[in-house]
Formats: sequence, structure tokens, C-alpha cells
Amino acid sequence: MEFWFSELHSPHVKFGIRVEKQLFSGQSDYQRIDVFESPEFGKFLTMNGGVIFSEQDCFIYNEMVVHVPMAVHPNVKKVLIIGGGDGGVAMELVQYPSIEEIDVVEQDEMFVDVCREYFPETAEGLEDPRVHMYHVDALRFLRNQKDSYDLIINDATDPFGASEGFFTREFYGSCYKALREDGVLVYQHGSPFYDEDEEACRNMHRKVYHTFPISRVYQAHIPTSPSGYWLFGFASKKYHPLQDFREEEWNARGIHTEYYTTNLHRGAFMLPKYVEELLEEEEDR
Amino acid sequence: MDLTKQASAPLYEAMEKFRKKRIVPFDVPGHKRGRGNPELIDLLGERCVGIDVNSMKPLDNLSHPVSVIKEAEELTADAFGAEHAFFIVGGTTQAVQDMVLSVCKSGDEIIVPRNVHKSVLNALILCGATPVYVNTEIDARLGIVLGMTVEQVEEVIVAHPKAVAVLINNPTYYGICSDIKSITDMVHRHGLKVLADEAHGTHLYFGDHLPMNAMEAGADMAAISMHKSGGSLTQSSILLTGNGMNANYVQTIINITQTTSASYLLLTSLDISRRNLALRGRQSFQKVTEWAEYAREEINSIGGYYAYGRELVNGTSVYDFDVTKLCVFTRDIGLDGIEVYDILRDEFDIQIEFGDIGNIMAYISIGDRIQDIERLVGALAEISRIYSKDGKQFEIDRQMLLPEVIKSPQEAFYAAKERRRIHECVGYVSGEFVMAYPPGIPILAPGELVTEDIVDYILYSKEKGCSMQGQEDPSLQTLNVLKER
Repeated sequence: MEFWFSELHSPHVKFGIRVEKQLFSGQSDYQRIDVFESPEFGKFLTMNGGVIFSEQDCFIYNEMVVHVPMAVHPNVKKVLIIGGGDGGVAMELVQYPSIEEIDVVEQDEMFVDVCREYFPETAEGLEDPRVHMYHVDALRFLRNQKDSYDLIINDATDPFGASEGFFTREFYGSCYKALREDGVLVYQHGSPFYDEDEEACRNMHRKVYHTFPISRVYQAHIPTSPSGYWLFGFASKKYHPLQDFREEEWNARGIHTEYYTTNLHRGAFMLPKYVEELLEEEEDR
Repeated sequence: MDLTKQASAPLYEAMEKFRKKRIVPFDVPGHKRGRGNPELIDLLGERCVGIDVNSMKPLDNLSHPVSVIKEAEELTADAFGAEHAFFIVGGTTQAVQDMVLSVCKSGDEIIVPRNVHKSVLNALILCGATPVYVNTEIDARLGIVLGMTVEQVEEVIVAHPKAVAVLINNPTYYGICSDIKSITDMVHRHGLKVLADEAHGTHLYFGDHLPMNAMEAGADMAAISMHKSGGSLTQSSILLTGNGMNANYVQTIINITQTTSASYLLLTSLDISRRNLALRGRQSFQKVTEWAEYAREEINSIGGYYAYGRELVNGTSVYDFDVTKLCVFTRDIGLDGIEVYDILRDEFDIQIEFGDIGNIMAYISIGDRIQDIERLVGALAEISRIYSKDGKQFEIDRQMLLPEVIKSPQEAFYAAKERRRIHECVGYVSGEFVMAYPPGIPILAPGELVTEDIVDYILYSKEKGCSMQGQEDPSLQTLNVLKER
């Protein structure tokens, strides 16, 4: 049977995944959520018709948003995850015994329920006693936080959908305020390749660059993301992701990974020229 | 209101029928469903340009409605509790002008609050009547004009036997309401007409806990900005009349000021919006009220800002308050409203309705989403964190300067004038408008005496970044004044 899920990565480029069956479809207060079963990517979840994660490639960004800052910041005790109702990021974090508290702010309860039902292995990350889940708007949550977190991970991916408020200057500013004096913010920086994505990517960098003293961008290859190429942001009050990199310390922890290595850590910050250039242009604005 | 009837939308249904018939156009507009101007289709879409048509038998005619427009207007009158409703396509500016022209003529006086919209004064240039201003109170801390009291209005009526009507803002831009019911009853006892500028009050007709609307209060006419809180397309508006007005005469007046080629996009949007308000308005505005109250609470908990609400109500100058208006006093964080307005747009990509010297206003409506309200609150918290300074002292009594009217606006507008340097204009009669945008309330109007305070206030508003409009000289180094002192 020819049964395909497709998503426009640009108005003129269509990305397709052959589907075996649709497992779930529902409309929450914030978005439409669907879950499919596919031969290549396993189960995958979409929001408003765009892939959010798949069983096959979610390990890449879960590892990249967690281990990169964890190998730089020497003393992470309290972490905030924005979005992340699937539990994937939490799952990576709970491998660190030194972390004492993980707050997850995921507004959409339906999203959490759907992930628990269809992706129980990933959702296990949420069962750790250090994890506390809050179903509120992240901007509202952050407004009451000051000097409270060592690390904030913004796991929201879509600057055009229900989470567009998490790609704004008020969001980055609120994160700055919520972080301790040596805190780090890591966030999904989108894909720089297609036109419309490039614009969103530029806007993000400009806003963060003017909010944090240190703001670097790193990359990964994620097959289900537009053009297969994805960026992350590393914004920090004190630590530089390469100059303050604690390679040996991290390796001594013996954390199990499938994508991240300390070698890759350095390489991830070495960006293609066109990306370097577009980021630099925004820094001067 | 007959809810069964309100479920129909006669003009919208006629448009749908017309669209499906695929009539060959040998009439205007010349773009012929967009084919003659393909860029229009690119910009607006085929559906939109396809119904940009002219009046014709199945679609009725706005200047003399007999079928679907008439039915749509009747349903509107029923939905708003009015005797008659007229669809207006020249904006609420036109609706206000038609109200004024329907009751005033040359030599008459009309009683208005100073925070009257410029459309009223422009209408006076057309008809030759003279404004008499009511000396309304000002809130000294917030710098906003409050409502008129029954006593203030009655005093002016007694002193001005030539006055034929009283105009009431219901509510003001800032949500302040006068006791429209008692004022209307009193004005009617004196035999004058009551006109209501409800440019910011469409929702008052569809709310359970909102201030009283003009038709319920017994006013003779009301100008309703359907395109503001009512959800119709920009420039579409409604004029309502009560039982004290001759509807045929009002139609005649409207036809003087209204185009004979009214846009069916605008008219149909009025019909659809009326249906929507009649069927779902109460729920929608309940939600808007909740959002505005939530935002108010959150903004007040940031510290430094004052998002005011019903606590302003005092039974007289603030008889009631429209809680859907989210106004915030910003001076206590050391920033002018206009500065916050600019920062929100330039740095946070948030466009709000206006910023004046002390306040900003964010328009909350049926089109909002809670996550956007969180953004607004978050941005205000960030602005306070990054930019706040010591609170500014507010020199408030300068905000509203009650002018001395020397000549009627019409006389002054057409009189021989000369251009003088602004500081040399003191003691002369103004020949033009000077308005600060936002909020678009005249500082000077034709016929009014230029005083030292007024000149200072003009220059202060300009320096604060208000867009100064109405006057001929954009730099405001000079003013047009009457030659004759």
C-alpha cells in the first residue's frame, strides 16, 4: 500500500515518510497531534503536520541539548526543560547523579498523555523522582523565576506554531533572569538552509546574542528535520562552550551515548561558512 | 433580539448565491474579478477579488436599500436594540459625521467633552455649528480624561440655550464611561438630542458585566466601530438611531457623505460580524474580559506598572469602566507610555494600540490567543527589568487644556490666515488642527485661542515622539493662525 506522510519543508520541497498505520490523531487546546508507525523511522509524532520526533532519530537532539552543556558547566544541580513533555531530554539528564532537580514545563497535557501511551520508553524519563512537571505557559512560569536554574533547555522546536512565544526576546530575557549567575541556556535553533527557516534562525540568534554575554551555535545531523541539518544555541552568562569545555571530567562520568562524544563536541561548533556568515550578520545588527 | 432570525445573514447569503452564478461582468469594477489585475489576485486571493463587485439588483444598493441590505440592517438594529441601523463604509469617522450633521446646522451649538474625536470637529467645519466643551475632570496620576457628570452637562446646557445636542464618548479610548443613562434622561428633559460615540464600545451590546450601551440608555444616535471590537473589516462601521430620529432624514444625510460605490467586502463583513456577535458575542466577550483581567493582574504583579481597572469607578467622573480595555500606566518605571510602545514594537515585535505620555493600551479582542497575552506580559516584565529608571513625575494638569473657542470651526477654517512662528502665535486664533497621535485628541482646533500652555504642550508631545498631525507644517516650527486677532 502506498501510504505516505508528507510535510512541506519549504513551499517547494516535500519530505515524505512511508507509513504503515496511523496510531493516534487528536486536537488539543494548542495543536493537532498525530502519531504514525513507519518502517524507516519507527513511531513518530507530528504537531500541526510537522514531525516533532521519531523513535529512530530522537536520540540525536536529546543527547545534543543535554551533554553539550553538561560537559561545560561544572556544577549543574537544577535544570528547567521548556517543552519536553515526551521525556526524552529528561531521560538523558537523569543519567547525571549530581543533578538534584529537573523541572519540566509542558503546557499541553494531551501531548504528555500521548507520549506516555505511544512512547513509554522515552516517557520513562519523566518517572524519575527528581522530575517535576508543570502544565503552564512557559513565559508565565519563567516570570516568577529569578536566579533559580543552572541550566535551561528549551526543547520547543517550532518558531511558527503554538510555541512561537519561546523564540522571542521576552522569552530569552526571562531565561536570563531565571538563570543563576553562571547559568546556561540551550535551545533549538532551527535549520538554516531553506529561506523561511533561515529568517527564523537569524532572528533567534540576533535576540539571544543581544541578551547573553556568550552566545554560540552548534550543529547536528537530524534526518527528519528540514534539509536534515539542525542547529542548537548555547547561550551562557559565564562559561564558553569550548574554552570552558571539561572533556576529561565528562568522559570520566562514563555516560552512555550513541551520538555525542567529546570529539564531536568540538566539531559541532565548527560551522559551515554560510552559517557563520549569516550569524555574524545578525551580531552586527 | 430574535435569535432564530439572527442566525441568518441575508447579504452574505446573497453574495454566496451571486458567486455561484458566475455572472459575466460588463459593469464596474474594471478589474473584472481580478483578471485585469493579476497582482491583486496574488495579494488578496481569487475569492476576495471575485466578490469585489458593485451594487446590482440581487445585491441591493446601500444608498437606497430595499432588499438584502435592508434586511441585514434590520437584523443589525434588532441585534443592537436600535430602532434603525445603517451600514457605513467610510469608517466610524463617517458615522460620527453623519450623527453630527443629522442634528446640527450652522449657528447651533453642540456640547462635547474635550477628548472628542477629531471627526466630530471636522463635522462642525462642514455644518457650521460651534462646539461647547464640558470641563471634564482629569485623573491627576494617570493623566487621562474622565467622564462627564450629569451636573457638569446640565450646567453647560443651561448656559448655552443654542445647544441642540450632547455628544458622549461611551466609553473613552481608555475605557472610562459616564453615567450615560442619567445624562440621557436629563438631556432629553431639556429637549436636546443625545449622540454617543461608541467607536470603542461595540462589545457593550454583547456583554453581561460591561457598562451600559447607548441604545439601552435611550440615546438618539450611536456610531459603532464594528471593525474594532466587532470583528468586521477595517473601515466598516454602523450608525444606530433610536426612536427620536427620522430614519429617512438620517439616510439623506448619510448619502451626502457616503460613496455611491460601497465595497461589498466591507458590507458583507458587517453582516457576518453582526450574526457572529448576536449568536456568540456574549461568550466571546466573556473570554476577552477574562483575558484582560488576567493580563491586568499579571502586569500589576510585575511591579512598577499600574494596569488600572474597576477600582477607578467612583460613581461620578468614572461612572463605569470597560474592563476589556487593557491600559497600563508606565511612568512609575521611569518610562513614558510612548517609549514602552516603541520598545515593544522595535525590540519585542509586539504592536500595541497606542502609547501616550503616561499610558499604553493593548487591545484585547475576540482574535487573541492566551499565548500572545503571555508574550505581552513577558515583554513588559523584560522592559521593566532592562530599562526601568526612577519614576517620572507627571506634570499632569497640562495633559488636557480646555480651550477657549473664539470662532466656529467653520469660520476659522475658511478665514484669512497667516503662518507665524509657533512662539509668536500666543494670543492668536488657530486656523488648523494640531493633534498628537496616539491618542488622536486635538490639542488645538480651528477657532481656538493659542495660549502659552498649549504651545508648551505641543512641543512637549512632539519631543516625546508622538506623531503630530493635522497641522500643515510637519516640523511644527510654525502654526497657521487667523490674521485677525
